[in-house]
Amino acid sequence: MGLLSKKDSKLILDPLADNNPITIQVLGICSALAITAQLKPSIVMAISVVFVLGVGNVVISLMRNIIPSKIRIIVQLIVVATLVIMVDQVLKAFAYELSKELSVFIGLIITNCIIMGRFEAFALGNGPWRSFLDGIGNAAGYGIILIIVGFFRELLGSGTLFGFKVLGDPVEKSGLYAIGYENNGFMVLPPMALIVVGIIIWVQRSKNKALIEEN
Amino acid sequence: MEHLELFFKSVFVDNMVFAYFLGMCSYLAVSKKVSTAVGLGAAVIFVLTVTVPLNWLLDQYILREGALVWLGEGYADYDLSFLSFILFIATIATMVQLVEIIVEKFSPSLYNSLGIFLPLIAVNCAILGGSLFMQSRDIESFSLALNYGFSSGIGWFLAIVAIAAIREKIRYSNVPPPLRGLGITFIITGLMAIGFMSFGGMLTGGDEPVEVSEVKTADVENNSEVNKENTALTEVVEVSENTPQ
Repeated sequence: MGLLSKKDSKLILDPLADNNPITIQVLGICSALAITAQLKPSIVMAISVVFVLGVGNVVISLMRNIIPSKIRIIVQLIVVATLVIMVDQVLKAFAYELSKELSVFIGLIITNCIIMGRFEAFALGNGPWRSFLDGIGNAAGYGIILIIVGFFRELLGSGTLFGFKVLGDPVEKSGLYAIGYENNGFMVLPPMALIVVGIIIWVQRSKNKALIEEN
Repeated sequence: MEHLELFFKSVFVDNMVFAYFLGMCSYLAVSKKVSTAVGLGAAVIFVLTVTVPLNWLLDQYILREGALVWLGEGYADYDLSFLSFILFIATIATMVQLVEIIVEKFSPSLYNSLGIFLPLIAVNCAILGGSLFMQSRDIESFSLALNYGFSSGIGWFLAIVAIAAIREKIRYSNVPPPLRGLGITFIITGLMAIGFMSFGGMLTGGDEPVEVSEVKTADVENNSEVNKENTALTEVVEVSENTPQ
């Protein structure tokens, strides 16, 4: 952070906690819940969004003075769709099983509200370098929540992390399973993702009282 | 029968919000009042009913592998499916623009109360998700695609109206301050999703394993751990379903 000015480093650090796209801005929820049953897809999705948002923010920022206001949503959608097609083809080429697991959710990055939200709120009114930093920051904030949820869901739901059995072997009853611990199968199912994010929001707002909503 | 089964499956078992979390952003943002929720839900039903069959036609006659055969024999091995994202989103954006014009003309009050969320339907993941699921599940006919679009819309409508009604009620409850607003909505939605899981056995007559665990075992193929957990769950369900007999 030494080579960035104070204002610029705020662009990256703010979305990581106080202005987090998922828990504060309420954007990008759909994919955060659907693919976080394991840690690996969460990390791949986070990296994909960093790429799409970073590059997309720069492209929109470079074009910001020539896009007519009436069709700007369509232009934004085309830029995002093209970048997502690139990500999808790369994934299909180099990580086929993972792309099958993520299936439609890679395509749904197009409709990820964070991307359109940042285009509208930032890239259309700021220069390319700052838009790039803003894109990276927000995507990182999104990625952190994804990784936290994926971490807990995989650890508590299947006793593994990244596919490696970290709590012992449940079949052989070694490690933690020897004293009677059982995996919480529910964690792997969709509803628990919502509850885990609810708990993250609870923890975050308890620590930072300024974020509490007035009724 | 196929149509009826697809209808009930898409509304309850494969509910857009509770099983796949599509359309969560507008779901969370517009659910503070039941009246706006009903308006947005109706708009989503309309857009889904129109765009899924339209995209089905696009997929059948332009995008699929070998779809361009009607242009000439030489086009038989063209596979344009990588253009799906762009073409689908283009139809959706156009349809939403149409809906916006119609709503502005026929119901200006609804138009004003929905505000920015009407054009935001274009980026509602539920709409694109409907088309992408239609494509990845290889839905066979136009009428089935129409059915799927309509019933997915109804499922989403059900979800948003339900959460809006609950949020109106809990305004008088003693929710802990950090959980107020967004946090408690997440947890309530999670509980509703657990409730909707109970529909999993609805169409299978109860003799087969629960639908949901099959979905999960397909997703997590490499993880034998999860398979074990889910087969254990299904055994419990099977045993409990068999005992009354």
